[in-house]
Amino acid sequence: MKVLVAVKRVVDYNVKVRAKADGSDVDLNNVKMAINPFCEIAVEEAVRLKEAGVATEVVAVSIGDKSCQEQIRTALALGADRGIQVETEGSVEPLVVAKLLKGVVEKEQPQLVILGKQSIDGDNNQTGQMLGALTGMAQGTFASEVAVDGDKVNVTREIDGGLQTVGLNLPAIVTTDLRLNEPRYASLPNIMKAKKKPLDVFTPADLGVEVTSHLTTLKVEPPAERQAGIKVESVADLVDKLKNEAKVI
Amino acid sequence: MSLDFDSARLPNPHINEDHDAWRDHLRRFIDREIMPHADDWDEAGHIPDELWPKAAEVGLLGMGYPEEFGGTTEGIDVWHQWITNEELARIGVGGITASLMVHGIGLPPVINWGSQALKEQVAPPVLRGEKNISLGITEPGAGSDVAQLTTTAVRDGDDFIVNGSKTYITGGMRADWVSTAVRTGGEGGRGVSMLLIPTDAPGFSRTALDRKQGWWASDTATLHFDNVRVPATNLIGEENQGFLVIMTNFNGERMAMATQMEAMARVCLEEAVSWAQERRTFGKRLADHQVIRHKIAQMKQKLNATQAYIRVCYEAIQAGTAAPGDIAMLKVQASETVEFCAREAMQILGGIGYMRGSRVERIYREVRVNAIGGGSEEIMRDLAARQYGL
Ligand SMILES: Cc1cc2nc3c(=O)[nH]c(=O)nc-3n(C[C@H](O)[C@H](O)[C@H](O)COP(=O)(O)OP(=O)(O)OC[C@H]3O[C@@H](n4cnc5c(N)ncnc54)[C@H](O)[C@@H]3O)c2cc1C
Ligand SMILES: Cc1cc2nc3c(=O)[nH]c(=O)nc-3n(C[C@H](O)[C@H](O)[C@H](O)COP(=O)(O)OP(=O)(O)OC[C@H]3O[C@@H](n4cnc5c(N)ncnc54)[C@H](O)[C@@H]3O)c2cc1C
Repeated sequence: MKVLVAVKRVVDYNVKVRAKADGSDVDLNNVKMAINPFCEIAVEEAVRLKEAGVATEVVAVSIGDKSCQEQIRTALALGADRGIQVETEGSVEPLVVAKLLKGVVEKEQPQLVILGKQSIDGDNNQTGQMLGALTGMAQGTFASEVAVDGDKVNVTREIDGGLQTVGLNLPAIVTTDLRLNEPRYASLPNIMKAKKKPLDVFTPADLGVEVTSHLTTLKVEPPAERQAGIKVESVADLVDKLKNEAKVI
Repeated sequence: MSLDFDSARLPNPHINEDHDAWRDHLRRFIDREIMPHADDWDEAGHIPDELWPKAAEVGLLGMGYPEEFGGTTEGIDVWHQWITNEELARIGVGGITASLMVHGIGLPPVINWGSQALKEQVAPPVLRGEKNISLGITEPGAGSDVAQLTTTAVRDGDDFIVNGSKTYITGGMRADWVSTAVRTGGEGGRGVSMLLIPTDAPGFSRTALDRKQGWWASDTATLHFDNVRVPATNLIGEENQGFLVIMTNFNGERMAMATQMEAMARVCLEEAVSWAQERRTFGKRLADHQVIRHKIAQMKQKLNATQAYIRVCYEAIQAGTAAPGDIAMLKVQASETVEFCAREAMQILGGIGYMRGSRVERIYREVRVNAIGGGSEEIMRDLAARQYGL
């Protein structure tokens, strides 16, 4: 069984992002970038399926300019077998990403596509679902457990108030939630081996997709700064403030 | 431009994306598995057993060691070594690095000079993080003057019988083996051999030296040998050729110490700059007082010089032309730099710097072990001067 995993290059989760002065976007100048944490979980899940003998090949795909090859190499260092970069410029919105992924799915014919439920930059939470709609494949989103059973996969989903398990026919799409697994660290020998794994580059045209844009960012601004807290003298004081200042009771 | 641990590193044209990838992944490991506990481990005086196998898993322990024993050599060069030492020093708890990486001084004698059987017995479990190996050179009566050591190993059939003691031995409390300098021949350096001593041999005992100025997380020990019987096949290198083994080993140790000291100094700069930009006195930020700005510039100036010197030494090592005297002086350059930067950073931090729990306060206490261990500043200069045939 072939597994396709999508990985995205995003601002490292440790970085405190700043808005650009002109409010057009966040400032990515000299900012540390990393693989999106949910995508990393997707890679880990695929690699575990391979280690368990369920998957035979893991292919990591990323969409972006040349720098996203770094995140593909990370996926390869974590255990993916080969990489695909779809070369694009500037930001691409979820629908375009989904269309490009559909192109890759048609080329690669994977039995399982694993994506992060969202990326921590745009927080869109759309790509997996859109890919499901475009390909007509079954989808199990927000997965906290993935169990492949013959030509079926059972996906346990994290939903409000509990867990829901859906049985899907393969080929299927899974998007990962935080608790699906704890990704391993890439080891030095595997980092060195990753260099030698194949990485193919396609253009959107190769996949028959036109990169279009339907969304315009109007403004990016930092959240309002929180005021410093205060210490209250007594419970009566607290109640008074909650009543008269915060007006919550 | 900001001035932090990363931006205060001069560009190095030898660094490529493989090196960057290693730094990235290693830092991630350290930030999650070590950093959050570093201070507690130091206060507790030891690091947990599980850290060794974890460090082995990411390839940290095996870096540069032969693949046949579980190490990684393919594509690994001196710049990987530098990055590794930098990232370990960035923790700001010298005792963790000293203890976790002590095989870096204990194992090379076996790898470079030991028999195949010895290597096969020792290297794989050490590189898997299951067993520990230390280096035992220093004695109560012989430190800088290694050639005066008095621990004896006397031949008895197929064995050596070892008597004497070693002190200040890093990792000594948990070591399963000690690569030990022993006297097998006459006086002076020509009578010294290296012998691998298993610590489960009858007659071996040890005492913890756990009250130290710094390196609290490291298990320093005094080792005692009372008629310890060791197979002669545990000899590392030729009999009475131990001095060569010891001297060769020192170059690697000194490069590791120098690169770590430079990075520790950079941690001091990072912390000082960040504080100077926040703290206000007399109506302005510390960073706006000229006195403080000059301190910061001077720290950076010394860091630049040390970094450039490190690069020159690594280039020479790569080219096979490194002079031990240059490495010795680099070690002094680095210890003076970390001494200066630790002092200045402590000054800039003011009273808060004197409180335990910060990297600067710890590094301040760990300057001296670096300036004394692995060859003291005086001995390093002496070694360099001797090479000039003055
Ligand atoms: C925490 C710690 C960990 C250590 N770990 C290890 C280890 O794992 N294995 C190991 O073998 N050793 C270890 N050492 C020992 C270390 O290598 C020695 O402390 C060092 O070599 C100095 O020896 P000494 O302490 O006997 O000082 P001494 O040799 O007595 O020197 C004292 C002072 O006199 C100076 N001096 C000596 N001779 C001369 C001279 N000819 N000219 C001018 N000045 C001179 C020295 O520079 C020094 O300042 C460790 C030490 C410490 C503190
Ligand atoms: C163990 C200990 C015990 C103490 N005991 C007492 C006590 O009993 N009672 C008490 O009242 N206090 C006590 N102190 C506090 C001590 O007096 C202060 O730490 C000291 O005055 C420095 O103040 P600070 O720590 O706020 O540093 P800061 O004032 O923030 O100074 C930080 C650094 O900036 C430098 N700096 C500040 N302004 C300028 C400037 N204009 N130009 C150039 N450089 C500048 C300082 O020299 C210092 O290096 C104690 C401190 C310690 C560590």
